[in-house]
Amino acid sequence: MCWEFDQVKNDPPLPVIQVKSLTCGYGEKVVLQDLSFAVYAREVLFVIGGSGCGKSTLLRCLIGLLKPFHGDIAYFGNSFTAADTGQRRNILRTFGVLYQNNALWSSMTIAENISLPLEEHTSLSRSDREEVVSLKLAEVGLAGAEELYPSELSGGMQKRAALARALALDPAIVFFDEPSEGLDPIISREMDELVLQVRENFGTTMVIVSHQLASIFRLADRVIMLNPQAKGIIAEGAPAELAATSTDPRVRDFLNQGNDLPKRTKENFTGSDKLTTK
Amino acid sequence: MIIGGDWQLNGRVPSWAEVLGNKTAVNVRVVPADLGKWDTSLVLFLLHGREWCAESKIYFHAEALPDNLQTLLRQVPGKSASKPSTKVNVESKMELASRCAAKWSGHVKQIVSFLGECTLGFIGVARNPHRFRWLDCLVEMQRCWASSLPMVSLVSFLVGVILAFQSAVQLQQFGAAIYVADLVGLSIVRELGPMMAAFIVAGGTGARFAAQLGNMKVDEEIDALETLGISSVDFLALPRLLAVTVMMPILALYANVLGILGGMFVSATMLNIPASAYWIETQNRVGFSDLSSGLFKCLFFGLAVGLAGCLRGMKCERSAAGVGTATSSAVVTGIMLIVLADALFSVIYNVLGI
Repeated sequence: MCWEFDQVKNDPPLPVIQVKSLTCGYGEKVVLQDLSFAVYAREVLFVIGGSGCGKSTLLRCLIGLLKPFHGDIAYFGNSFTAADTGQRRNILRTFGVLYQNNALWSSMTIAENISLPLEEHTSLSRSDREEVVSLKLAEVGLAGAEELYPSELSGGMQKRAALARALALDPAIVFFDEPSEGLDPIISREMDELVLQVRENFGTTMVIVSHQLASIFRLADRVIMLNPQAKGIIAEGAPAELAATSTDPRVRDFLNQGNDLPKRTKENFTGSDKLTTK
Repeated sequence: MIIGGDWQLNGRVPSWAEVLGNKTAVNVRVVPADLGKWDTSLVLFLLHGREWCAESKIYFHAEALPDNLQTLLRQVPGKSASKPSTKVNVESKMELASRCAAKWSGHVKQIVSFLGECTLGFIGVARNPHRFRWLDCLVEMQRCWASSLPMVSLVSFLVGVILAFQSAVQLQQFGAAIYVADLVGLSIVRELGPMMAAFIVAGGTGARFAAQLGNMKVDEEIDALETLGISSVDFLALPRLLAVTVMMPILALYANVLGILGGMFVSATMLNIPASAYWIETQNRVGFSDLSSGLFKCLFFGLAVGLAGCLRGMKCERSAAGVGTATSSAVVTGIMLIVLADALFSVIYNVLGI
């Protein structure tokens, strides 16, 4: 039932994802040029950078929604860009994606949303699928939401449901596109904890596209920072290390945002800021 | 030039020409004095001044103005005085023509390629029928029927009434009022019933397909299918295509009945032709080949509506405006394909003698 990759288990560790000389963009516009990096097992890698630097473009290439102009993306040593339909389907099975808008199928219940990948990729019986759905929903803290439609859930709950769907096939890798976008800081923190919990439980490799500093410092083992002028990576490493030691002002400025802002206190309120309290 | 007082958009803003009158100058220096509250109106006035000075080869000095005003002026680049040459205009027209041609060939290519994908999808379904989403197909059939029925009823009945009215005026002059039944029956069954039903389905169901799929595209729902290795054509387009293709002849048959009833109503009330006589005349004139030829082409009308709706929805731009454009484009493309298919069938039937 399960398709096996030819993974080498001894040293040196084979990267889970290997990107080589990737050039991609839209039409004739090149967004990223000659990009190379690797992602290793159990790693939480953040792709960071300002708006328009190509984070989402890179993600679309990695998950096969955008065909690169040049270069190669390999999963467990198997080329994704040169894969035929059958190989591509097998590679697609190894990863789950949590989209920025959650992308839950609005005409289906939450249970049907999570069940569809199982229906398509496994030969589980209906009752087994229902059990897996309940289990996945419990894992993300949404037990009992099976019969609800996406529109009946709050933003945070939809995010959890989308994560449950991304995890339905127990993928080796999960891609996240701006997972904290539109969430309040508390829900965002809960989401981060959920990500860590999934990594702990299943050893899942995570690739997260985000510019939320709090999440980056909380979760990231390593970050790669993209820049629109460079059309590629300008920094790679652990976030705290980069924030402290990077010689590139663009990297320091990005990772140290908020640290140098004057904190507003009761004492430094000026006339126009005065609040009236009853 | 000394500027002062309040400058507000809701007040009167003087024009530059009005202020300078016929004065000539080599330098214009703007100096504030008792400048009160000001907004964009002052910035606009100064920008016009700067442009006027540039055109008249006069130096414009704004150094004495407050810093924030100078910053605002710097943010707007000065306009270039050079005018585009005629050559550029000619090139632009050529470019426009080639862009139009490329756009149309792109549309045709898109339709043909989508048709190919759907054909491959149907071949796959024929091999593995259990993989087809039958339930979605049945739901779409029910929606197509329910949403089109009221409009098809009204329009077809009225088309029958209009045809009968128009023909009765002429035929009565020759004492041939009974032939109203022939005219209405043949026109409705062979042409107008299927066409009216197809147009209504294109405007309703075709537009709904485009809006549904367009919204799914905007919300990344289609991307989510693709990254799961599920073909969006198999999953979303095929059930809709089959549903509308199956429903179209049924709706056309219903439209035929309503159209004939419309003609019968006019004949009975205006021409004093009994309904039974009208019905017998219709039966004598309208044969099975007339009925089947009309219904057969409906299959292709349905396919055209489904193709246009699904294609436009799935190729929709990722914005709210994109969904609107996709919806209207689906209706236009659907109607265009229906008319093309109808013209093609007219020629084929003529050649075959049907």
